Amino acid sequence: MTVAADRDLAFLAAIRQIADDVAAPNADDVDRHARFPAEAIDALRAQRALSALVPAELGGEGLDLRTIAAACFELGRRCGATAMVFAMHQIQVATIVRHHDGSDFFTGYLRRLADEQRLIASVTSEVGTGGDMSRSIAAVLPADDGTCSFEKQAPTVSYGAHADDFLTTLRRGPAADGGDQVAVLTARSQTELEPAGTWDPLGMRGTCSPGYVVRGAFGPEQIVGAHWPTMAAETMVPVSHLLWAHLWLGIATDAFDRARAFVRAAARRAPGEPVPAAVRLSHVMTDLSLLRAEVRSALEEYLAAADADRERLDTMVAALRFNNLKLAASEQAPRVCQGALGVCGIAGFKNDTPFSVGRHLRDTLSACLMVANERIHQTNAGLLLIAKDV
Amino acid sequence: MSAEIRGIVKEHARLAVNIDGLADDASLYDAGMTSHASVNVMLALEDAFDVEFPDELLKRSVFESVASIEAALRSLDAQAA
Repeated sequence: MTVAADRDLAFLAAIRQIADDVAAPNADDVDRHARFPAEAIDALRAQRALSALVPAELGGEGLDLRTIAAACFELGRRCGATAMVFAMHQIQVATIVRHHDGSDFFTGYLRRLADEQRLIASVTSEVGTGGDMSRSIAAVLPADDGTCSFEKQAPTVSYGAHADDFLTTLRRGPAADGGDQVAVLTARSQTELEPAGTWDPLGMRGTCSPGYVVRGAFGPEQIVGAHWPTMAAETMVPVSHLLWAHLWLGIATDAFDRARAFVRAAARRAPGEPVPAAVRLSHVMTDLSLLRAEVRSALEEYLAAADADRERLDTMVAALRFNNLKLAASEQAPRVCQGALGVCGIAGFKNDTPFSVGRHLRDTLSACLMVANERIHQTNAGLLLIAKDV
Repeated sequence: MSAEIRGIVKEHARLAVNIDGLADDASLYDAGMTSHASVNVMLALEDAFDVEFPDELLKRSVFESVASIEAALRSLDAQAA
């Protein structure tokens, strides 16, 4: 066992404990009141989990993406909203760590993130783009004194009211084309969020993601890296799909576990009698194992390419691969949860039994909307015209 | 070859600006070519030069500019049809 592997195991054990002891007991209250999972995020801060992907030389934990994916899975089993906040933060960190190119501002920022366990939200979607994250309307507006500003209409900003910093995609300048994007990191003190809508959704209620008009004032050094489309293709998009898929798998796994507990309880009540629900459970297991296989193989493929052949991540075949992960996982996870509901019957439908799976089903139904599946199918339709070996 | 590539880009890339004003190494994406339009450019190039771009060449950087497209076609020994 290497030192790194020991560290990964210790980190995951701590995450599992936070999931069991803090996230799980609050999950129903977070869901019912659509409130931020503050206790769990505070516990993750105390564990220094918000800087898990920051390199050790910058004061972070220096863990790898495999460990973070496993942490998303563990948190997802206990509270989908906690897992989603954790995952979205890690996606921003992974993107900055990978692409900041040694800039003074961002190395200093990553140290501060580790010291203060700062939470980053993203402002990537925009009203009027039809859900196409690769185009922006709002632009970086340079002022005569060398500072910059922006104003962006964001249909959702997850945990916007609770974040310390914001990563916002914008056109490079007032004259730039919609696809010529940069990403800007602003601190809360530099960012104004004017609420533009309410938050009473079907699921993932604890992510607290209403719309805002977001206004920022910043210096040009706060633009991350050089070329946002490459950063998105190599890191943000595949890492988003991988971490989301792991937490959806976590939610689906807990729904399955509850259905299995229901079947075992039924079998114990009537020893020797046939248990019809056990057959239904077997069907659910098939769906769960397909989901698990897809999620795990996609992670291995990403890690292999990220280590050895980063250029491959920029190809259309890679885009198709991780788009497929997102499509498959977002369709399969609610299927597992609905199957678990079929096993548990009324005990699963009620919100206050040990076999309740309503929250699981509602949380996973958000998966097809996080970058709308139809938008991804449209992208794939184009890529399939030209890709050769998919 | 550059002139033919420019003709294809002009027809299929739906640039926000006139390609005649762009240098060979200017970014077509920054000039407004979307991912969707870039696929049409690739298909038209395959047709015009009678080549198939292998998957490892199907990436953003290869179709970034007239010059990068030309380099890719030369690496495939493409002959204009």
